Amino acid sequence: MLDFPEIGHFALALAVAFALAQAVLPLYGAWRRDARLIQSAPPLALGQLIALATAFGCLVWSSVSDDFSVLNVAENSHTLKPLLYKITGAWGNHEGSTLLWCLILAGCGGAVALFGTELPQALRARVIGVLGATACGFELFALTASNPFVRLWPPPLDGRDMNPLLQDPGLAFHPPILYIGYVGFAVPFAFAVAALLEGRVDAAWGRWVRPWTLGAWCCLTGGIALGSWWAYYELGWGGFWFWDPVENASLLPWLTGTALLHSAIVVEKREALKTWTVLLAIATFSLSLSGTFLVRSGILNSVHSFANDPARGVFILALLALVIGGSLLLFAFRAPRLAASGIFAPVSREGALVLNNVLLCSIAAVVLTGTIYPLFADLLLGEKISVGPPFFNATVLPLAVPVFAAMSLGPMLSWKRAALRPVLFRLWWAALAALAIGLFAATRARLLPTLAFGAAAWIVLGAATDLVERVRLFRQPLRASAQRLAGLRRASFGTTIAHAGMGITIAGVAGMSLASERIALVHPGETVSLAGYQWTLRDLHDAPGPNYAARVATIAISRDGHPVVTLAPERRAFPVQRITTTEAKISTNLVRDLYAVLGDERDGAAVLRLHVNPLAPWIWLGGLVMAMGGLVSLSDRGLRVGAPARRAVAADAARA
Amino acid sequence: MMATRRRLLLLAPLGVAMAGGAGFYAMLRGMTAGTFDPRGVPSMLVGHRVPPFALPGLTDADLAAGTQPVVVNFFASWCVPCIEEAPALAMLHDAGATLYGIAYKDQASKTAAFLDRHGHPYARVAADAPGRVAIDWGVTGVPETYVIDKAGIVRWHFAGPLTPAQVDGAILPLLKRYA
Repeated sequence: MLDFPEIGHFALALAVAFALAQAVLPLYGAWRRDARLIQSAPPLALGQLIALATAFGCLVWSSVSDDFSVLNVAENSHTLKPLLYKITGAWGNHEGSTLLWCLILAGCGGAVALFGTELPQALRARVIGVLGATACGFELFALTASNPFVRLWPPPLDGRDMNPLLQDPGLAFHPPILYIGYVGFAVPFAFAVAALLEGRVDAAWGRWVRPWTLGAWCCLTGGIALGSWWAYYELGWGGFWFWDPVENASLLPWLTGTALLHSAIVVEKREALKTWTVLLAIATFSLSLSGTFLVRSGILNSVHSFANDPARGVFILALLALVIGGSLLLFAFRAPRLAASGIFAPVSREGALVLNNVLLCSIAAVVLTGTIYPLFADLLLGEKISVGPPFFNATVLPLAVPVFAAMSLGPMLSWKRAALRPVLFRLWWAALAALAIGLFAATRARLLPTLAFGAAAWIVLGAATDLVERVRLFRQPLRASAQRLAGLRRASFGTTIAHAGMGITIAGVAGMSLASERIALVHPGETVSLAGYQWTLRDLHDAPGPNYAARVATIAISRDGHPVVTLAPERRAFPVQRITTTEAKISTNLVRDLYAVLGDERDGAAVLRLHVNPLAPWIWLGGLVMAMGGLVSLSDRGLRVGAPARRAVAADAARA
Repeated sequence: MMATRRRLLLLAPLGVAMAGGAGFYAMLRGMTAGTFDPRGVPSMLVGHRVPPFALPGLTDADLAAGTQPVVVNFFASWCVPCIEEAPALAMLHDAGATLYGIAYKDQASKTAAFLDRHGHPYARVAADAPGRVAIDWGVTGVPETYVIDKAGIVRWHFAGPLTPAQVDGAILPLLKRYA
């Protein structure tokens, strides 16, 4: 019989060996210009990927087959756990998620090996080499300090089961998507380090780095949206963003990654902002790394964190110091060589992109400060302080408003030098409509939601205007416009869609600020009213589940005597882990959410927490639209990446 | 001049990252040694005199006797983490520290049985059956440990089971400092 955990353990060790070779041979080869060593990069990257995929597959199989001789499975699984969670449970814990993290990093190396065939051989070897060096460190961590294949003898009869909060389809697929986002930024990072090693950043580099950045950004956007959605319906507090350290840890690379996405355009089109873009690429991956791992060490405390261990933290910190410190040291010594060649006026497309970068990075700096300041205040001053939503709302908002204002203007400015007046003239109807929506909102909401609704309308309509202007709609026959539309680059569509998605999210957030909530002690048969709806508690009953026992409340909701929907929120007791979770139930019609939570019971009556959340689904819908915009843009790039790149390289060669 | 300034500017990210890294390293070291706890709620008592109390076997006057610093440990026979911290307390005892135990909401017979089974590191054991003294001290749960200097002033506090690393890294150095 095959012993899968041992095979997995061996495959993990093999992956470390591959990663080491992948780090040393291609980098040395690129330095010595040894064609054979340069050529060794892609097969080594693929070898590492295959080894890690095998290891990960073995871990998943151990979990699915209830092999409790594996400590990790015994601690986090149970025979009664549904199959889906046996699979996803493999990465629902510290060791497994570290292995998944490594697998995705190996996947990045494999992707560059497979799809980077248009890259110059030496650059590709360096990129793969840098990825290999990073992977080597983290796989060594997985092998020595966080090994998921440690055995337990004698094996227990049954496992200890997984944290019930994590037994949820949303969360099951959340980590892989989020991790692809986090780890995906390793590729731009590797490109940046490779460029520093070569001492050269040019338009071609900008063009190569963008699709990778875009791919990672799409996944990170989707991952954050999914995570926020999970917090909304699973934690049952009715909120969607808590400025929790773990949430901030995912927001920080998103902010700098968004900035990187925009500054790489300037490198590609205008050969400017090179040093800055390289620094952003390093910073984004550094923030991804610090975020995922500092949360694990237990330094940042949060509702989301796994069991943590300071001793592991020291290992991780040493790794971070090597990766981040090493790349920044290289940056300090090599960056002076990267001279900018393109110059531009303050009012221009480049100028707008610089503004975007300055503002996004300022927001990132503010969020970073708010997240780690309490720790440093405790360490250096011995003071316990806590920084909460009021700080973040008060500091992020003033910086976000100019971003929203500029989002509609930027894409319509021309490169090098532009005039603001014609652009404003084209946007007059968007401004007017935004004002009208704002005024309408002002009749029923306070100042901030009003402003936010106005901003949302401004961004969505601005994005639409950009598209309308590009196809010259209403200025020429419809057929000609249709032809222009068909000929339009997908990247332009991508920008429009992504910007509109941001607008949708803002509208959702603004709508949520108008939410109403009521907590009531209700006897079966009684009715309470909230926000124009009548909520009747029909009954309370027990219901068995696969690995839990549930208590269910049936709540019939009606409006003006017409039945709307019946919700059945649950309270689930998990006997193995002795944890009770609340299962909120939500009914949405895309314009508002009806949200019900069952609380404790007293003397035959139940505590019900009821919410009416206007526009709530738009928050995540907007995130999805943003990610979609990125994907549309990526599909364009996939076609385009080859041809112009080859021409650019040929032109370089001709010049040399 | 410009070139130097640019070079310094390009070194700035490294400097920031290194400072941050050093800070996080200090935190991790502190967490292992028990001197830094990011999630701990600070005890209002640290830096203040212990509240007056009189239990059979121990009073506040005993803690301010002026002879040596002492460690006060709240525990209970019904508390599982108290079993977990037994090795750390035994270490303190072996190192010659004066350790006073206060049994929180416990019956005398059960306390005695607990000490028989898991070791008796305490110089004195007092019983706080109604848990009133614990309220005055701000105890949030058992086990909880305080280091008190010769003058009866609380110098250190930890809620949760002690580890040998904390005894080595935090308690013994404090006892030496206030000896």
